[in-house]
Amino acid sequence: MLSIGLGHYLTLAAIIFTIGIVGIFLNRKNIIVILMSIELILLAVNVNLVSFSIFINDLSGQVFTLFILTVAAAEAAIGLAIIVVYYRNSGTIRVEEIDRLKG
Amino acid sequence: MIAHAIVFYIFSLIAIVSAIMVTVSKNTVNSVFFLILDFISISCLFIMIGAEFLGMIMLIVYVGAVAVLFLFVVMMLNVAQQKNEWFNSSGRSSHIPVGLLVSIIVFFELIIVIGGWKYKPDLLDSIAIEINTDLTNTQSLGSVIYTDYIHLFQLSGMVLLVAMIGAIVLTFRQRSGVKRQSYFKQISRDRNDGIELVDVENNKGVKIDA
Repeated sequence: MLSIGLGHYLTLAAIIFTIGIVGIFLNRKNIIVILMSIELILLAVNVNLVSFSIFINDLSGQVFTLFILTVAAAEAAIGLAIIVVYYRNSGTIRVEEIDRLKG
Repeated sequence: MIAHAIVFYIFSLIAIVSAIMVTVSKNTVNSVFFLILDFISISCLFIMIGAEFLGMIMLIVYVGAVAVLFLFVVMMLNVAQQKNEWFNSSGRSSHIPVGLLVSIIVFFELIIVIGGWKYKPDLLDSIAIEINTDLTNTQSLGSVIYTDYIHLFQLSGMVLLVAMIGAIVLTFRQRSGVKRQSYFKQISRDRNDGIELVDVENNKGVKIDA
């Protein structure tokens, strides 16, 4: 309990990952919160990579985390741009009212 | 060791609670604030575990750029006043039990994987880049990403460039009816476009812009 090992970090990452998934599934408000949940999921993945990298003494996990960080920033920028354009065209970004594709 | 454990539990508790608050918060602005808190506590964990460079980059990139971008968009789109309607009553709430079920299954799958997982026996022989404790974390990362991972590094730069251009192209709006200066039209004008010599008859006048 008092000696923090790899399992503790993996459990923390699993909890945050699950919270992100719950946020995507149960959100009824707007798409921005869904984007934030995706950021949470990427954060959990980063925690996994970094803790493995430290505990097995291999630096490549941190390099991958750096690239994930880059891709996550690009994804957030593009996603928010799409949301802004959608809001300009249709006046709403509520999840329930976005049904143009009739999925 | 005990101090390490206490700090770990404090930061991970803050991280989990703020992650929950991101999803359940009534106000989208509050969600963004809790997202910032989450990033900060996770980056504190990174710094504590020994990945200082990533912790600092996390602070700069996420808290300094991404979260502020979220905040800008939330305030610009005026969705801050929309109340969160968790479990709302618009008749289509059948997704909630299924969503909860799937999330619980995902969580237990992850826990089972973590609980029953062991290192591959020859893992320690197959380490790609061993962490040198004489160097700082930033130094050792820098000596790797500019040599072994240079192509991926350049490629991530290209990803950022494409994302930047894409965001600009998506949100750019050409307004009609705005007068703009066109250097090319100004420069490529010659004398015949600007001046016309007319012989004016007496008592007739000239019709301009015929």
